[in-house]
Amino acid sequence: MVGRSTWPIPIAIALISLAGLLAALTGDGWRDALGWAGLAVPVIAVGRAIHRRR
Amino acid sequence: MLCLTGLPLIFHDEIDAVMGGTSAQDLAGPASSSDAPGLLSLDAMLATAMAARPGEVPLFMAFDNDRPSMTVTTGPRPDAPGSDMTIQLLDRTTGAVVGREQGKGITDFLLQLHTDMFLGLKGELFLGAMGALFVAALVSGTVLYAPFMRKLDFGSVRVSRSRRVRWLDYHNLLGIVALAWMSVVGVTGIINALVTPITKWWQADELAEMTRAYANRAPLPPSRYGSLDTAMAAARASIPGMNPQFIAFPGGSFSSDHHYAVFFQGATPLTQRLLTTALVDAETGRLTDARPMPWYFKALSLSRPLHFGDYGGLPLKLLWALLDLFTIVVLGSGLYLWLGRRRAPLAARVLEVTSGGRTTPAKLG
Repeated sequence: MVGRSTWPIPIAIALISLAGLLAALTGDGWRDALGWAGLAVPVIAVGRAIHRRR
Repeated sequence: MLCLTGLPLIFHDEIDAVMGGTSAQDLAGPASSSDAPGLLSLDAMLATAMAARPGEVPLFMAFDNDRPSMTVTTGPRPDAPGSDMTIQLLDRTTGAVVGREQGKGITDFLLQLHTDMFLGLKGELFLGAMGALFVAALVSGTVLYAPFMRKLDFGSVRVSRSRRVRWLDYHNLLGIVALAWMSVVGVTGIINALVTPITKWWQADELAEMTRAYANRAPLPPSRYGSLDTAMAAARASIPGMNPQFIAFPGGSFSSDHHYAVFFQGATPLTQRLLTTALVDAETGRLTDARPMPWYFKALSLSRPLHFGDYGGLPLKLLWALLDLFTIVVLGSGLYLWLGRRRAPLAARVLEVTSGGRTTPAKLG
């Protein structure tokens, strides 16, 4: 990933995962799916980082 | 330890099903929490359950929103501790006892290890304090993340350098991506650890206020408990449109010494977790008072799903497990990194952080 600035990506990941945590709590069906998507983001970020390790 | 015991607990429903637990899932028919035709009376259900436990008193009766299954919890005394309780699973369409939970399964063992390490309230508070230290460690780790990453791209994992640099990078990466999740699970874990004080607070505050007129009366003996169905009808009339989650019998930690406390769930997925209490005089079946739970109890109710991750189907549980594994790696690598450098001078350790791991303190400190 590009850019040296420290915080934008971590903050985005944190907000997306929090949104996912809460979305799944407020309902079932598509809201659950939103929760899965939100919490999948940190996992995907780790997958990408491991893929690009050097 | 909390992460390790918590990992299998995420899947406790699935594990219990495989281990041949109770068969509530197999029952079909109207929800036991409703008042649909075809359901037997609460008094009849209670009589069936009590017949199987002679000499005991009823403690709780809990309902299901999807199936006719329900449970009756009994114990030797109204204030019996959890370890002395027996839970029977019943079918409200046939009146049959379907199963009995004795709390001896592997997930029950893990849950107790995770909750209080078999030490009761002291264990709960100790683990709550461990949760607070965990959250403090998250804060300090986040503070260190900024200077460490100043010259590094997000997601840098350098495997071509030393083993220590590799683990530094994994520690930072996994820690920062899972930070929001770890904070939520940590904070809600602390709130869950306070379940006993929160319940006592509610009893001394809200419950005492609702039942002030009864304050000086002797506890109602079980022989004088009146009809549950009369009580439920009075409670339903006071809170229309909601279904009960459970009834707490007099003398336990969820009721007064004189009332059936009926806890109603809201109708939407979110309000389903926010309970409203109706207190019905257990002798006369007349309503005493009905109120929504206070804010601190709502916080506890919402902390349960957010800690256990059991509110969004199997995909959510799998993600929960992955993030728990990340946390285990963060804790393990943190310990490794600390052990490797704890004897190095402070200035060298600070330099390691501010240089993003490029300058490491001399080997073996």
